[in-house]
Amino acid sequence: MSEHVLELRGVTKRFGGITACKDITFNVEKGQIMGLIGPNGAGKTTAFNLITGVYGLTEGAILLEGKAISGKRPDLIVRQGIARTFQNIRLFRNLSVLDNVIIALDCHETYLLGASFLRLPNVVKRERAVHEQALEYLAAVGLEDKAATRADAMPYGLQRKLEIARALALKPRLLLLDEPAAGMNPEESLDLARLIRTIHDQFGLTTLLIEHHMDVVMALCERIFVMNFGEKLAEGSAEEIQKDPDVLKAYLGEGFKRAQHTQS
Amino acid sequence: MWSYISGVISLGLIYVIATVGLAVFTGFTGLFSLGHAAFFAIGAYTAAILTYFYGFNFYVALAMGGAAGGLVGFLIGYPTLKAKLRTDYFAIATLGFGEAIRVLLENLPITQGARGLPGIRNETSLPVLMVVAFIVIWFAWNLIHSRHGRACIAIREDFVAAEMMGVNIFIGRLRSLVFSAFCAGLAGGLFAHYFCFIQPSMFTSYMSTQMTAAVVAGGMGSISGPVIATLIFIGIPEALRVANIWRLVAYGLLLVLIMIFRPQGLMGYRELSLDLVKGWYRRVWKGGRA
Repeated sequence: MSEHVLELRGVTKRFGGITACKDITFNVEKGQIMGLIGPNGAGKTTAFNLITGVYGLTEGAILLEGKAISGKRPDLIVRQGIARTFQNIRLFRNLSVLDNVIIALDCHETYLLGASFLRLPNVVKRERAVHEQALEYLAAVGLEDKAATRADAMPYGLQRKLEIARALALKPRLLLLDEPAAGMNPEESLDLARLIRTIHDQFGLTTLLIEHHMDVVMALCERIFVMNFGEKLAEGSAEEIQKDPDVLKAYLGEGFKRAQHTQS
Repeated sequence: MWSYISGVISLGLIYVIATVGLAVFTGFTGLFSLGHAAFFAIGAYTAAILTYFYGFNFYVALAMGGAAGGLVGFLIGYPTLKAKLRTDYFAIATLGFGEAIRVLLENLPITQGARGLPGIRNETSLPVLMVVAFIVIWFAWNLIHSRHGRACIAIREDFVAAEMMGVNIFIGRLRSLVFSAFCAGLAGGLFAHYFCFIQPSMFTSYMSTQMTAAVVAGGMGSISGPVIATLIFIGIPEALRVANIWRLVAYGLLLVLIMIFRPQGLMGYRELSLDLVKGWYRRVWKGGRA
């Protein structure tokens, strides 16, 4: 029996007169990699911001493993088991690669402020443990030899990988990836798709992925949800989506019919 | 001569204590304050009133002065930080707060208004200052190397990303404001019992600006940088006392030069360490022979 990790029920978000998301309803099943695609401005990133609590909902409900998370603060939602990466990389740029991951791991630490000030033995012990763990997460994305590098001194592709490592270090059950392959060439993006698949299996995750590179989406996603102008356009398996006339229209314009016609 | 030098060092250490707190607040949490002199004044008046009128033990009064600073920091921080004011608006709010406190001190009966409190017990000695400064620096160092301090650093770097790392931005900012206000209050108490006289006009926005300038010139994300900058800022005007009014020009010039040649501050995002000193030594040595 499948289990809903994430459930969106009639999620609507209005910014003044603009409806960025309108009545969006879908489920992400446990262990699945689901794709969220659509033309620019379709409301995909808004959907991510709604799920992670960056924006409040206008209408509807969002449930994580059956419990409502809509209306909660982002930091509390993160603690319930959702982690995300950002479309425009948001690393802690002045910090080392290692410290970026350590800050994520800190969210599971429980020692008290007084212990921090006095640097009690338990703090020292936890600091050492966190350091070791951070190196493991860096190794999972192949950045272990960059631990001491400043985050913004790394090339773009590696910064994306660091964002993924940082999200993994939150030990999430649901991982949201916002255009992880943006700005990569086809070879790099397939490389990244392999990495996403590996960590998805290794960490037992459920993944929701926004992506424009169709080869990445088709290689990874079992199910795909398509948005256009804030509304649902289609939902189904990769093959169904590739054949869906509405999706083709949204991506290619009306002209695709003529193209199909001339081909046949 | 020694008493003069010891006096300059004492004044420097008093400011170091306040500036270390501000370094955590500005350099590590990324918020700017133009009103920290108010916390300094609150600590000074609280401690002084307790020893002057009520005959409290100096160390108890000192702790109460710090606590009073921290408490007022909490009270002012709760509404302003809860409202998630942008950092520049927050700085303006602290500016207004600083002036409000000074006006309050000028008008309360217990502070004796503009006359101030003359004849406070002389209790602050150089060893006391050295111990307090050491403890404050040790606390600040421990804080920024713990999960609590790293949360503040994450907020400074990118508060949206910090929130996505499970960091409560409000708590993180409030915590470092209270810590910095506590340090400023502590410094104020020491100041009052060093000069044995305080009056409201000592705690103007000039003092706040000087502290923030020391943090920025010393370098964001560093503790040793602001400490060094504070000692320079206190030391230079004293060393140039012969130059009379021109020493203030030298002080301004120094600040401008630092901002031109080291915009990241003396020690931006670094700390003074043995390796760093060795590196400088090597560079200077090589440069000398070339």
